[in-house]
Amino acid sequence: MTFTFEAAVAGRGFDVALTVGPRETVAVMGPNGAGKSTLLAVIAGLLRPDSGRAELNGRTLFDLSPGRSRWTPPHHRGTALLAQEPLLFPHLNALENVAFGPRSAGVAKRQARADAVRWLAEVEAQELHDRRPAELSGGQAQRVAVARALAADPGLLLLDEPMAALDIHSAPLLRRLLKRVLADRPAIIITHDVLDALMLADRVVILEGGRISEEGPTREVLERPRSTFAAGLAGLNLIPGTLARDGLRTFDGRTVAGHAEEPGPAGEGDLAAVAVFPPSAVSVFLDDAHGSPRNYFEVTITDLEPHGDLIRVRAGSLAADITPAASADLGLVPGLPVHFVVKATAVAIYPA
Amino acid sequence: MSHQVYSGVPRWIYAVAVLAALVVVLPLIAMVARVNWANFLPLVTSESAVSALGLSLRTSAASTVLCILLGVPLALVLARGRFPLQGLLRSLVLLPLVLPPVVGGIALLYTFGRQGLLGSTLEVLGLQIAFSTTAVVLAQTFVALPFLVVSLEGALRTGGERYEAVAATLGASPGRVFRRVTLPLVLPGLASGAVLSFARSLGEFGATLTFAGSLQGVTRTLPLEIYLQRETDPDAAVALSLVLVAVAVAVVALAYRRPGGRAGRASQRTTAAAAPVRNAA
Repeated sequence: MTFTFEAAVAGRGFDVALTVGPRETVAVMGPNGAGKSTLLAVIAGLLRPDSGRAELNGRTLFDLSPGRSRWTPPHHRGTALLAQEPLLFPHLNALENVAFGPRSAGVAKRQARADAVRWLAEVEAQELHDRRPAELSGGQAQRVAVARALAADPGLLLLDEPMAALDIHSAPLLRRLLKRVLADRPAIIITHDVLDALMLADRVVILEGGRISEEGPTREVLERPRSTFAAGLAGLNLIPGTLARDGLRTFDGRTVAGHAEEPGPAGEGDLAAVAVFPPSAVSVFLDDAHGSPRNYFEVTITDLEPHGDLIRVRAGSLAADITPAASADLGLVPGLPVHFVVKATAVAIYPA
Repeated sequence: MSHQVYSGVPRWIYAVAVLAALVVVLPLIAMVARVNWANFLPLVTSESAVSALGLSLRTSAASTVLCILLGVPLALVLARGRFPLQGLLRSLVLLPLVLPPVVGGIALLYTFGRQGLLGSTLEVLGLQIAFSTTAVVLAQTFVALPFLVVSLEGALRTGGERYEAVAATLGASPGRVFRRVTLPLVLPGLASGAVLSFARSLGEFGATLTFAGSLQGVTRTLPLEIYLQRETDPDAAVALSLVLVAVAVAVVALAYRRPGGRAGRASQRTTAAAAPVRNAA
């Protein structure tokens, strides 16, 4: 492993262990306040955890396990941070900004300039050499910031929602750029966008309440989510419970019928499992005149929102996609009690 | 700026505001009206006047340099450091702003004077500070330092920390971050703080008189000279006062020039970080 990390920050309820492989990009996702930025701050050396240790390419970043106290300051870590805002130094032009890292590492002025020219070309910003940050658009500035971070030759690149402050026209360009430059170097990227995870990351880590609630290869996490948050990212309904002989037993005692991909050991009553189904498989009825192969849920509509050319009907944590015509026929409005009905064959049940 | 925009200021506020402006401006007008223009040049170029002005400029320049050398680290520690009694230290440092200067002079006398806290130590070293030009510089530094610290600490607090953090993750040592990021970012604040310190030093009277005395060519700065002349030659006092007003106006104009001036650039810099966010919107 290129990077191994474990740390706890008691004051923030943060306790995370993580590894990153030599050419691996890990996406960290999770709700606001889950500890994503804390994670990057601890790795970069901007925040000191209460305990834990981390190693990058065989060098100790910090070791605060009992009886030890080793702490490498940020500038000796090789963990360049790219934030949501580019934070280009306003008194330096683009070229000088990019040359900052090499100059800090003691590279001679001419060599640092040459490096900067190369990295600006790498991010397709060669025409921006002499511009001050105030003269750059948001997308241009963030591209220069990527070049500046890469020019510092970091052992691990840390990206904190690099696309979040960009407009919808600049984000795709930067995403393509990051896909290219992240391909052969270890990186951790915080993102709220499932597209970033799919395009950029080999692995996804879901952080909730300061702890990892789920992790795995990006596709696997999105296809078979085990946490409510990951299901939300993948646009799937998820019901937690325990594995039962005939499906999933929810925490309030109901049974959800579905096809268990790996049939659980018979008689096992407390193996945590989830039932997952897409909103498109859910039908909406005003009454419950329906037969046994179906699962039905008595719910109250909380929200209606457009979803492509369908209407997404939200009821608490569940969602159904129906046509606008069907929605109008049923007279759906928030607050209306309805029945969500799902065929058992559309429900996947697997251990959580 | 535009007069089409609703301002929400009640009319009577304008009346009081005009009154307030008069409180400041009227005495200046009265003084200018009293200037003896026929003899103005001879009055301000008399030997004692030129000597006092020269001494004022030299000592003020020296105390401004001292304020920068001492004030930058102090402001940085107050703005960035986290240590016990930080709030108390800040209050104590700002004390000269509200202290009567004559009290400052007495305090300095009992620190550096012959009978003072450090007096005997200094005397062993062959140094006698009280009633020398050095005392003038010390008195001016004492009253002017808070101006530099306040304006620099304000500049340091407006968001430089995130630039410094990024610079550190790019491999810059704390020393390099200070030289290449922190200082350039607060340069406008530092410049206006230095100008204010210079102005305060130039106008210093009470602490100087108490701690340094009034010896022509050695400790008699321009304000002291004006005070002295006022009793014997009011015309000279008024003419010299006008010179000080002119210098003060120039200093204030320098410090608060905008847009495109130092202060203008300062506000541009603080918004620079937010600019990309606005572009995105």
